[in-house]
Amino acid sequence: MPPTRTASRPRRTGSPAPSYAVERFSLDNGLRVVVSPDPSSPVVAVAVYYDVGMRSEPEGRTGFAHLFEHLMFQGSASLGKTEHFTYVQGSGGTLNGSTHVDYTNYYETLPSNAAEVALFLEADRMRSVALTQENLDNQVAVVQNEIRVNVHNRPYGGFPWLSMPPILYDSFANSHDGYGSFVDLESATLDDARSFFDRYYAPGNAVLTVVGDVTTEQVEEWVQRHFADIPARTTPKRPSFREKAITNERRAVVRDRLAPAPAVALAWRTTDPSDLGKYLPYVVLAEVLTDGDAARLQDRLLLRDRNVTSVGGYLGIMGDSYDARDPTPLIVEVHHPDETPVDTVVAAIDEEIARLADDGLRADELARTVARMTARYLRELDPVMGRAQQLSVFEQQRSRAELVNELPGLLEDVTAVAVQAAAATLRPDNRALLELRPEASS
Amino acid sequence: MTAARAVPALGKPRTSRLPSVADTTLDNGLRVLAVRRPGVPLVELRLRIPFAGKGDDHVARAQLLGDTLLSGTDRRSASQIAVDLQSFGGQLHASNDADRLGISGSVLSSGFGGILDLLGELLTSASYPKDEVVAERDRLVQELAIHRSQASVIAREALLHRMYGEHPYGLELPSAQAVEDVKPSQLRALHAKRVVPAGSVLTVVGDVQPARAVAQVEKALAGWTATTKATRTPKLPKHAAGPALLIDRPGAVQTTIRMAGPAPARSSADYAAASLANMVFGGYFSSRWTANIREDKGYTYGGHSVFEHPPAGSRITVSVDVATDVTAPSMVETLYELGRIATVAVSQEELDQARRYAIGSLQLGTASQAGLASMISMLVGADLGVSYLRDFPTQLQAVTVDEVLAAAAAWMAPTRLSAVLVGDAAVVSDSLQTLIAVEKS
Repeated sequence: MPPTRTASRPRRTGSPAPSYAVERFSLDNGLRVVVSPDPSSPVVAVAVYYDVGMRSEPEGRTGFAHLFEHLMFQGSASLGKTEHFTYVQGSGGTLNGSTHVDYTNYYETLPSNAAEVALFLEADRMRSVALTQENLDNQVAVVQNEIRVNVHNRPYGGFPWLSMPPILYDSFANSHDGYGSFVDLESATLDDARSFFDRYYAPGNAVLTVVGDVTTEQVEEWVQRHFADIPARTTPKRPSFREKAITNERRAVVRDRLAPAPAVALAWRTTDPSDLGKYLPYVVLAEVLTDGDAARLQDRLLLRDRNVTSVGGYLGIMGDSYDARDPTPLIVEVHHPDETPVDTVVAAIDEEIARLADDGLRADELARTVARMTARYLRELDPVMGRAQQLSVFEQQRSRAELVNELPGLLEDVTAVAVQAAAATLRPDNRALLELRPEASS
Repeated sequence: MTAARAVPALGKPRTSRLPSVADTTLDNGLRVLAVRRPGVPLVELRLRIPFAGKGDDHVARAQLLGDTLLSGTDRRSASQIAVDLQSFGGQLHASNDADRLGISGSVLSSGFGGILDLLGELLTSASYPKDEVVAERDRLVQELAIHRSQASVIAREALLHRMYGEHPYGLELPSAQAVEDVKPSQLRALHAKRVVPAGSVLTVVGDVQPARAVAQVEKALAGWTATTKATRTPKLPKHAAGPALLIDRPGAVQTTIRMAGPAPARSSADYAAASLANMVFGGYFSSRWTANIREDKGYTYGGHSVFEHPPAGSRITVSVDVATDVTAPSMVETLYELGRIATVAVSQEELDQARRYAIGSLQLGTASQAGLASMISMLVGADLGVSYLRDFPTQLQAVTVDEVLAAAAAWMAPTRLSAVLVGDAAVVSDSLQTLIAVEKS
């Protein structure tokens, strides 16, 4: 059935909830599979999420989770180097992978007649990725160039996603550079890669999701055919990465050789996202503060004080509000001209947050904020790949892919009181403040 | 090591249905295209208003006009507009390029009427309040400085200027000085003269009934009238490649390489062949160039070769950022691959693979509301109908190896491309000059 607009829960103000099909099964080796058939276009999305990210890489091997993601594209038992790409693209599809703090994903969108090809390719590398010294050396060089183009040769490169964690967090897991130091990348060995694969790329540590022009029966047949004989392996228990609260403001300055003007980022540790009832008020709070010109900080800094260049805010160090595990921060980021002292910007932000904590939300503020969050969320779900990614991460982190349909209702359940209470936890004394200054200035 | 297994064969392809488009020209001259694409309860909007003009002052005013279009009307303040948009579950953005002012947005179906009324109000009575314009002007100056601190922007500006000189395509971003000189009265005058319905096109895609959507548009935008008609972009100057331009960026850890030249329009007889030649060369990840400089040699994170189709003339742009110490070797491989595609026939397998990719991409690109809206808006801007979605795959199917070679020779030979490099000149200049003629900025 194509998705309809039937609400999956009682609605109060008519916020639209989708009702995508969610079906699931699992294999004896532990692989969990989610299928969401939708025949409205002849396309299919296939995504594999492994439950390992930057937080789990070993000390002395910063950047390894991401480097390993690159190695997963370098061939497997049945596929030579570059063949993974040529089979997907030569079927008319697109593909990529990405490494996050808590997961690493691999995904393809293809014409639906290539669905089985994509499943075969994912199974082949899950069963037996080919790891060679030549490919490792090559991909270390490629990743170093990725870091050059995105960080070293770019103004504001890595700000604040790479430069904030060491200020906000203490443990290696949470604070290290997830892109990796060049020394660590060059120190990576084939043995490191083999043991990382053995430990984290077990079928029981993955979720496979298929969305689009397929039937669940057909997907189950294909998945049995290609994945079932991958041997089960022990899956690692994810440790807690929680850290004890900050009690005194942490401040630091980072210099940027290429940036023409300063910037500042403020970060607070928020509540554990596994309890959505407690966490969603923070997601809504970030929007109340920074989503568009009707938001508190935009209104204050851009429309009234008019002394900054841009204002942004989000949950998650990589902006992945619904995709992160504990701990995850709320971040506010402001770019401002030299003439505006950073203390002026920070004082205005503190004042606005305090106002929200003291006086609460305005009459229509919550409803309109949630309306736009819902619209944006639905827009992300519309392409089959957007849907596959959300289904995967909800199944992996919360064992509940159905949250794709339930999230609009849960957002609507967030109360003004809860958002106000969340605002009250964003204080100067429990935050990290990172200034970026152009190298030339004082 | 596990034994190799056979990759399954592709199933039978299912073709996408051609979207059914309600295509209407309103009394005020605005063309409206509406397509029903249910899925999520949203509507996508794309409005294209031809806006080409010449010179720094025009670019500055056009840019600021877009940036302050939502800063107030005779009935609503900037804050009220922002609040209303949020209430509709909507967003609306104006953007400029050398040919047009674009206003694009999306909204919950329930807010479609509301966003249309707001759009009508903006088009007929945007007021460009002095305070807002002055604040936005200062902000734009800052943003331009940030933008121009990026090597990719430095390279693109130099390349476009080199290709097009004083033609509107030669200048995408205004100077800070021209921005500082803009007055609110000039924006109001520019709006009155150029933000006009005749020649403009509005595309609406989503959870709507097309006939009803057109009627809603007609009602909301009926008051948008003008006696002038939108103007088109002037003809391009003749292209001459010239020596490569090397722009010094002392201490840069990478060299930003960009090469570009004229390319066939989507409507040209050899466009399908040229687009496949480009794929095989460097237009997708499974290309020769990527296999060479990334997957074999590790010189770069990635190179891309793309066609862009501004209405006055298409171009091909070859882009790659490489580690400083392998700048000349990267250039060797790039010139080799361009030379090879232009002089030696591709294999049938390379062609078939690129062909399937090109056809598949079109299918994937139109499988969402936002993708379909942008595609239809793009097609109508290029004077192509939605039938292109059916006809272009047919053209791709027919392309032969010989046609690919002819198209590559015509458009992709390295001698036909202008080149700009941004990098540490002290390190890269000498070795580059052993390969190509280099001029320093």
